[in-house]
Amino acid sequence: MTHPMSPPAGGVPPAPGAEKPAPPPEGRRTAPRTAFARLDVRTLSLLGVLAALVVAGGVTRPEAFLDVDNLRLVLTQASVIGVVTVGMTFVITAGGIDLSVGAIVALASVWATTVATQEFGFAGILFTSVVVGLGCGLVNGALIAYGAMVPFIATLAMFASARGLALLITEGRTQRVTVDGVLDLGSRDAYVLGVPPLVLVFAAVTAVGWLLLNRTTFGRRTVAVGGNAEAARLAGIDVRRQRLYLYLLSGLCCGIAAFMLVVLSGSGQNTNGNLYELDAIAAAIIGGTLLTGGRGTIVGSVLGVLIFTTITNIFALNNLQSDVQQIAKGAIIVAAVLVQRRTVRNELA
Amino acid sequence: MPSEAPAPLLTMTAITKSFPGVRALDGVDLEVRAGEVHCLLGQNGAGKSTLIKVLAGAHQPDGGTVAWRGETVSLRSPSDAVRLGIATIHQELDLVEHLSAAENIHLGHEPTSAGFVIRPRVARQASAALLRRLGHPEIDPDRPVGALSAAQRQIVSMARALSHDVRLIVMDEPSAALDPDEVDNLFRIVDGLTDAGVAVVYISHRLEEIRRIGDRVTVLKDGRAVAGGLPARTTPTREIVSLMTGRGVEHAFPPRPSEPPRAAPVLTVRGLALEGGFQPLDLELRPGEIVGLAGLVGSGRSEILETVYGARRPTAGQVLVDGRPLRPGSVPAAVRAGIGLAPEERKAQALLMLESVTRNVSVSSLGRFARGGWLDRGAERAAARRATRELSLRPDNPDAAVRTLSGGNQQKAVLARWLLRGCRVLLLDEPTRGVDIGARAELYAVIRRLADEGLAVLMVSSELPEVLGLADRVLVLREGRVVHTAPAGELDEHRVLDLVLHATDAAAEGSQT
Repeated sequence: MTHPMSPPAGGVPPAPGAEKPAPPPEGRRTAPRTAFARLDVRTLSLLGVLAALVVAGGVTRPEAFLDVDNLRLVLTQASVIGVVTVGMTFVITAGGIDLSVGAIVALASVWATTVATQEFGFAGILFTSVVVGLGCGLVNGALIAYGAMVPFIATLAMFASARGLALLITEGRTQRVTVDGVLDLGSRDAYVLGVPPLVLVFAAVTAVGWLLLNRTTFGRRTVAVGGNAEAARLAGIDVRRQRLYLYLLSGLCCGIAAFMLVVLSGSGQNTNGNLYELDAIAAAIIGGTLLTGGRGTIVGSVLGVLIFTTITNIFALNNLQSDVQQIAKGAIIVAAVLVQRRTVRNELA
Repeated sequence: MPSEAPAPLLTMTAITKSFPGVRALDGVDLEVRAGEVHCLLGQNGAGKSTLIKVLAGAHQPDGGTVAWRGETVSLRSPSDAVRLGIATIHQELDLVEHLSAAENIHLGHEPTSAGFVIRPRVARQASAALLRRLGHPEIDPDRPVGALSAAQRQIVSMARALSHDVRLIVMDEPSAALDPDEVDNLFRIVDGLTDAGVAVVYISHRLEEIRRIGDRVTVLKDGRAVAGGLPARTTPTREIVSLMTGRGVEHAFPPRPSEPPRAAPVLTVRGLALEGGFQPLDLELRPGEIVGLAGLVGSGRSEILETVYGARRPTAGQVLVDGRPLRPGSVPAAVRAGIGLAPEERKAQALLMLESVTRNVSVSSLGRFARGGWLDRGAERAAARRATRELSLRPDNPDAAVRTLSGGNQQKAVLARWLLRGCRVLLLDEPTRGVDIGARAELYAVIRRLADEGLAVLMVSSELPEVLGLADRVLVLREGRVVHTAPAGELDEHRVLDLVLHATDAAAEGSQT
């Protein structure tokens, strides 16, 4: 999607060792291309995979899978992890990693559902979710940007301590939500034109994320830091500040996701968001974001999330256990990375 | 060192090797005899490194033959070279810091029982014996290499070479990191090796070392061997220097302005110093002026540029733009004040290789095309295109991926970045590295034109003719110190090479500008 500068889809990659620049583009692209004018091969293949899954679901369990309520469920489930994945996409595009997203979701969801917080009603729950997410992101970002810690280590530490703190708060109990406004948001009455509100939140986060990555200086700096941090630094970009902002952004997304999860489950639990870090990283990678940084795609990440959620749903409908699901996910990740590596190698040849 | 002339151990004939945009070796011959110290001389970029990498099996030559004891061999990989008995001690020592000395020495050929169980005691004893033989019994084979001094690491590296059955050792500037005492020890080691019939290919910039231990000299120049097998002790210095500098290709340098610039200095450097990098430096740079820094690799040239730019934090001194001091060690502050840097390693330090020309050019000026962080991509593209057109960047396509550009055009993209930013002081580190000979003249013209339009330029180059031909004023550096300052017209290559090669401290006339 978002790389108007890369060679045209299906174009011939430069021959190895070619030192002459590409032939001048006669009349090509007189105006800047919009991202919608070009769906690259990767996006098309992700759409193809998703379509194939829908067909598979429709064939194996026609009534159950194609049921409107089931499709709503798939989208709703995708929404929570999807919001986390949007934040993760930024972090990975900048060459980082955030292993703490699941733990932050857990901590934010339980902090937002304590008895004390619930006294402040809807606003209290929403505010606490977001602030706890931002706070964790701030700690991650400060350690990485100004404490010169490796992102893997800093966020691994946050992973452990945020989950620990969540357990400490709940003492392992499920904290039921008693605020009607929050519970109502998850009910059928709150659907907007048949679409659950959480799905609308996901759509909004996706749109904002896409614009942020592709249309703002923030996004451009993110890509530059991930593509070549040293070059970005020597070009005058404040790389450390950018990194701080990126982990704050990921924390914010976790806070939003935590609120969505509270709405969805009507409770806060310290086991919330389990393995979200793996799902979000995997979705971003199969979507086409480079784990080495320098290239990121929000559309790809969202498709990755939808593919994973659909697989889970189809497997569940067909009574296949989660072990099989995990194996299938693993295979998809490997296949996607192999394809990605070949594409990048061709481009860099 | 035997006085008779034994049959050549190694004969390299008509070796050629090209990289994209550069012909690194253009038919080089090299003949090395058993038991001799054969010195390889040449300026930076003459092809020495490429030649020894071919010899080490790290590069495959495009043409030419390598004969070992009279038989043609092909060195397809470093292990082929090791098998023949060729060892290379690289300038950047390739040791694993976390492993011990003994483990490093036997890396890849550990003594084992049953083919896979490592016998650490055997390795330790063999290592201790090697280290003793090299005059450094004090190095503990069990110490991690990371804890050793530079000189000790070099000894470990040499021990590694000797742990194979070695017939020829290539040493790439082995004395660069050594004290005089340690250099003496190095020479004793070299003598011991040659007495045992081992040949040594010795690369150094220091003529006096070559006089002391060399038997014969081969001089490389622009990828050719301009002289092979000269006697190392008796060939006059003047002859060697002129072989090193004799110009094959004459570059067309743009004319200098008739009037020296008179405007107030835009950049002032006061007592700027970097520990382990360079001594306190004073410098004034006026609009329209090009000042060159000449010196060998490691003389502190790049460090000076990077410190002025804020990419390194100085240990002392100040950088001022228009008389206002900059926050030390801050690149954003330097960029805001109007300083731009075209770094030495373009791909690693300047370019976003996955991105288009436009995005590479605009990256330092994004704020100009944004309102509230929202980018006006049309304006960005148009402005980037104006900047690249002004420098005649080819292809004239702002959407071209920067990685598809030639070296010269990639450099233009970096210059366009600073042109777009409207910078007033341009720091150029090796501006023509990796740029075709043919494209260089065009870059020279661009740089001079930017200066004529009021830019102040501070440039570093390993190519002496480039510094002397392009700069108005030259600062000669040796080991982090300015040893001479003069208008470029009053210097020639011989004079500068004398200054950088010899310890002629009499020439140290301070660093005033």
